Amino acid sequence: MKSYKLNHIQQLESEAILIMREVAAQFEKPVLLFSGGKDSICMAHLAKKAFYPGKIPFPFLHVDTGHNFAETIEFRDQLAEKLGIEMIVASVQDSIDQGKVKEEKGPRASRNGLQINTLLEALEKNKFDAAFGGARRDEEKARAKERFFSHRDEFGQWDPKNQRPELWNLFNGRKDFGEHFRVFPLSNWTEMDVWQYIAAENIDIPSLYFSHQREVFKRDGSYLAKADVIQNFDDELIEEKTVRFRTIGDITCTGAVLSEAASLEEIIQEVAAARVTERGGRADDKRSESAMEERKKQGYF
Amino acid sequence: MNTKTQDNAYLNMDLLRFTTAGSVDDGKSTLIGRLLYDSKSIFEDQMEAIEESSRNKGDDYTNLALLTDGLSAEREQGITIDVAYRYFSTPNRKFIIADTPGHTQYTRNMVTGASTANLAIILVDARQGVIEQTCRHSFIASLLGIKHIVLCVNKMDLVDYSEEAFQKVIAQYKEFSSKLDVPDVHYIPISALYGDNVVNKSEKMDWYGGATLLYTLENVQVNSDFNHVDSRFPVQWVTRPQSKEFPDYRGYSGRVAGGVFKPGDEVMALPSGFTSKVTRIHNYTEDLEEAFQPMSVTMTLEDDIDISRGDMIVKPDNQPNIGQDIDLMVCWLNKQELQPGGKYTIKHTTKEVRCIVKEVKYKVNINTLHRVEGDSKIGLNDIGRIQIRTTEPLFYDSYKKNRSTGSLIIVDEFTNNTVGAGMII
Ligand SMILES: Nc1nc2c(ncn2[C@@H]2O[C@H](COP(=O)(O)OP(=O)(O)O)[C@@H](O)[C@H]2O)c(=O)[nH]1
Repeated sequence: MKSYKLNHIQQLESEAILIMREVAAQFEKPVLLFSGGKDSICMAHLAKKAFYPGKIPFPFLHVDTGHNFAETIEFRDQLAEKLGIEMIVASVQDSIDQGKVKEEKGPRASRNGLQINTLLEALEKNKFDAAFGGARRDEEKARAKERFFSHRDEFGQWDPKNQRPELWNLFNGRKDFGEHFRVFPLSNWTEMDVWQYIAAENIDIPSLYFSHQREVFKRDGSYLAKADVIQNFDDELIEEKTVRFRTIGDITCTGAVLSEAASLEEIIQEVAAARVTERGGRADDKRSESAMEERKKQGYF
Repeated sequence: MNTKTQDNAYLNMDLLRFTTAGSVDDGKSTLIGRLLYDSKSIFEDQMEAIEESSRNKGDDYTNLALLTDGLSAEREQGITIDVAYRYFSTPNRKFIIADTPGHTQYTRNMVTGASTANLAIILVDARQGVIEQTCRHSFIASLLGIKHIVLCVNKMDLVDYSEEAFQKVIAQYKEFSSKLDVPDVHYIPISALYGDNVVNKSEKMDWYGGATLLYTLENVQVNSDFNHVDSRFPVQWVTRPQSKEFPDYRGYSGRVAGGVFKPGDEVMALPSGFTSKVTRIHNYTEDLEEAFQPMSVTMTLEDDIDISRGDMIVKPDNQPNIGQDIDLMVCWLNKQELQPGGKYTIKHTTKEVRCIVKEVKYKVNINTLHRVEGDSKIGLNDIGRIQIRTTEPLFYDSYKKNRSTGSLIIVDEFTNNTVGAGMII
């Protein structure tokens, strides 16, 4: 008898597409949160596939901290044009200028915490009722219990003790006025799955992910990129290294890894051999053991 | 997906979803930690974090169980309270673990974890043997249609790795499980703490000639768990670009819920009953020769018939049941009891309808599997048989025949919460 078989990547793709279509059907005004990283680039690719030959039936939203890598912004604008979608940009700088949030000061200043406010405001202003996020359950302990459809109250908050049970592939997106959902189509993907998918589907990703020469300095055991928006301690030495990034977030807290991996195949080999999680390089997670969970409760991606 | 790239070894991996169950302190967290650790799925920074936690707590060994502890509330209380998902892979297979906690709300959590699982690992303590909880876990696994159970007899180190102790547990389990509907049961003596027969074969149990747990997980055949016989395509989304490039295109998108569809197949749309022929099946720009469960595809038909979300495309010679009076086993997930005569919303495939609870037929005592007739109180973590009447007909199969077209969830119309899980009889 013929065996009808899908490999793990095909099964994950099928699941993610199912979820995207479900959101388009169940919600009035969905939006895709685009961070510029590989996970949100994968989501954009899945959205393109899910609705073809129709257009992607929702806009993208980028919360721009003003501390992004230049490559991220350039890539974002090109992608929006290629897909023919609307890219809404919500600026943390605007929130700071309007006095809605206060900027941290000093060498360790990060705008990570400030994003939450800008994000929630953008969701509310545009009346978005579902927001796709690229988070994966394998990234961090606090995410292991996250649902595909994650309910947020009228303050945009997540209550880990009061999540709706999620069974089979039946997703309950019912909500009261003012509430919204975060939806995570890549929940079941690992870092490796994402790379394998990018390779299998030939998806374009920013050059930051591939090995390149860059001026960096060492802080708390990881390399950070030299940047105008980072204030350096006196003893921090700027050196040129061959590096790449495993995740892309704010330039102030995204650690680079020393790497010669210049192609997708080489990256996959490197990920397979890696001994540290990809978030291991992120200064924002190191602040405390429960850092991520705290940020999530407040409405972080 | 591009078929050329399938030559790459990593694209030949398949996927196994399993759930783990055991009562408190049977060693479930230790076992999962051991599986992750011995299969080299733990990263250095994760290991350092738990080594530090162990030191802070004053443990004199690194507690692998901490690897699977998620939320801070739980860390404080030292308990697991919700289903958590973990991932690891070996060269041939990717694994998704639905880790279900053993405290209160247990049934609810296990039902949730089991709903998407192909296999269940059930742990028993070698010293205690089969207990009430073991029966309950096994019953839920069987009710949720899991076809493979691995009974891990844990803490073998505490019974001197004795074959006799192991055989005694197996005999107890066999007697009980003959009442269940699980075709494939494996028995493995392990020590999660020391790693015997988890990933590596134990040197202390020469008498055991069977496979290790990891080997079993890697080799159990799960592909046949999908239904490739009864063709079902619940329409999820209608694609009508009305663009210059595709002015007249009309495609039906969804995930195949059973059987196989091919271009040229004669199909029927429900509820209208109109028939047509499949002209094309595609995933993005790639044309497919066939689509089967669980592929997400888009299908076009020869005739312009009216089909919308919630409808189902099937084959004329193999139709699902169509009806409004539906018998089901329900597992209740909410503190507020099921209301006989109450009205709820249900979600079934891509369809959402309202229903009224006509009758509670009986409740199941999930420890003894006996029916409790006349008890119509179905509260949190209870399982019972009920009959509902829906406002519109559903297109369904029995859960036994098809986990996709045989399952539904019950939603409370006031709180919007998912309050029940239903398996159609
Ligand atoms: N001797 C022995 N102790 C074990 C074994 N597996 C787990 N334990 C211990 O049993 C206790 C409960 O284990 P844990 O994994 O937290 O159980 P859970 O409640 O099922 O997750 C802990 O003290 C473990 O160290 C085993 O194979 N042998």
